[in-house]
Amino acid sequence: MSDLPLAPATSAPQTGTARVKRGMAEMLKGGVIMDVVTPEQAKIAEDAGAVAVMALERVPADIRAQGGVARMSDPDMVSGIVDAVSIPVMAKARIGHFVEARVLQSLGVDYVDESEVLTPADEAHHIDKFSFTVPFVCGATDLGEALRRISEGAAMIRSKGEAGTGNVVEATRHMRSIRAGIRRLGGLPPEELYAAAKELRAPYDLVAEVASLGKLPVVLFTAGGIATPADAAMMMQLGAEGVFVGSGIFKSGDPARRAEAIVKATTFHDDPDVIAKVSRGLGEPMVGIGLDELKPEQRYAGRGW
Amino acid sequence: MTGRPTVGVLALQGDVREHLQALTGSGADAVPVRRTSELDSVDGLVIPGGESTTISKLAVAFDLLEPLRERIAAGMPAYGSCAGMILLADKVLDGVEGQRTLGGLDVTVRRNAFGRQVDSFEESIPVAGVPGGPFHAVFIRAPWVESVGSGVEVLGVVTDGEAAGRIVAVRQGALLATSFHPELGGDARLHALFVDMVRERDR
Repeated sequence: MSDLPLAPATSAPQTGTARVKRGMAEMLKGGVIMDVVTPEQAKIAEDAGAVAVMALERVPADIRAQGGVARMSDPDMVSGIVDAVSIPVMAKARIGHFVEARVLQSLGVDYVDESEVLTPADEAHHIDKFSFTVPFVCGATDLGEALRRISEGAAMIRSKGEAGTGNVVEATRHMRSIRAGIRRLGGLPPEELYAAAKELRAPYDLVAEVASLGKLPVVLFTAGGIATPADAAMMMQLGAEGVFVGSGIFKSGDPARRAEAIVKATTFHDDPDVIAKVSRGLGEPMVGIGLDELKPEQRYAGRGW
Repeated sequence: MTGRPTVGVLALQGDVREHLQALTGSGADAVPVRRTSELDSVDGLVIPGGESTTISKLAVAFDLLEPLRERIAAGMPAYGSCAGMILLADKVLDGVEGQRTLGGLDVTVRRNAFGRQVDSFEESIPVAGVPGGPFHAVFIRAPWVESVGSGVEVLGVVTDGEAAGRIVAVRQGALLATSFHPELGGDARLHALFVDMVRERDR
């Protein structure tokens, strides 16, 4: 982040800068962000050690089961969650729905997730995220998609995975794909980065930055199908800097206990003894869905471009 | 001490890597600390930015809270940025119920004092003891120091805006704390000051 321009030394306090937006995500690293639909769930998540909560109207598993158009949460519910906890609150807006995002900013949420889990509002354009003070996190399936979102102002990236399935296979695919893309750029001579940018359909400057940093210029979390402490730990070992858990907690038998176990497994992701210990006696995990049971239109990861 | 002191970064959650890099660039051997055995090997400790409630819960769950308190009470130099400042403070306002801190720093800190993320800001402020002009400070859902005890030196205050005059950098003996994140600003002068404090202590 050291290459971001500094504000002039004599200036008044500046809000909404790239450094402040990206920096907020830096503070979440090594932590778990949990989907919640009520203030009571938000309290359970905070007590379990979540670094933030994600407010939404239905968890992805219920969106799948119930169908219909999934939208931003009711402002009363978002405000109720903001008031219930002292940790940061994120909330989801539909892809391209810049008014939902404005509303969430006005409600005081700390991060907006422009999310494929909700029904897209625009099939050509994502939100211009630079025009907001609140930072945005966006999903990605590969490096090119991650860089396109960053070029629109995303201050944090997460794998899309396949939300609401309790099946980690797509998150694994996306994490490996993003990380492989980054490693590949690092091995290219400078003159080949121009063609790489074209292949990735991403701006050259960002491609060159990733090649020199060896990482994204923003924090990379994982999301989409994480249901167990071992899932979270594996994603961390695959290069995630933190974990979003959606339906995996509040669709399980003992949410408080599972939430705490996933927090611990994320911190000690490289210690199988700790993961074994916290995985004992957690009760039923959420019921998963095999990806071959989903029709193409039931896959959320294909939403966004 | 001659040579490079070993400085740990509490690695339960937060922006650990940025602190490790800043410390390495400031002449220390920087190591992550998640276990008591790792704590035993360090000459000083940085408590990073992150979510203070998460870090303190994990410190309790993994039996680090008491060993950390003992080391700090025994004089180990420690530096806390943002969440780290909250953890070093003797008293916290607006914490969660039962939030535990390591303590040691005779200050009262107000958590999330500047507001929510949309209020997070960057500003250049002078910091006493850090030569070379104002320090570019990045504040993220930051705490401020509401009041200080008699042994605490105020190193920096906010100079502009609504929060002008609020205390955001303090030192008490071997303990250093800032509301802001020097590890995000690409300016390692505060890390260099802390590494010097660790060297002083071990001399």
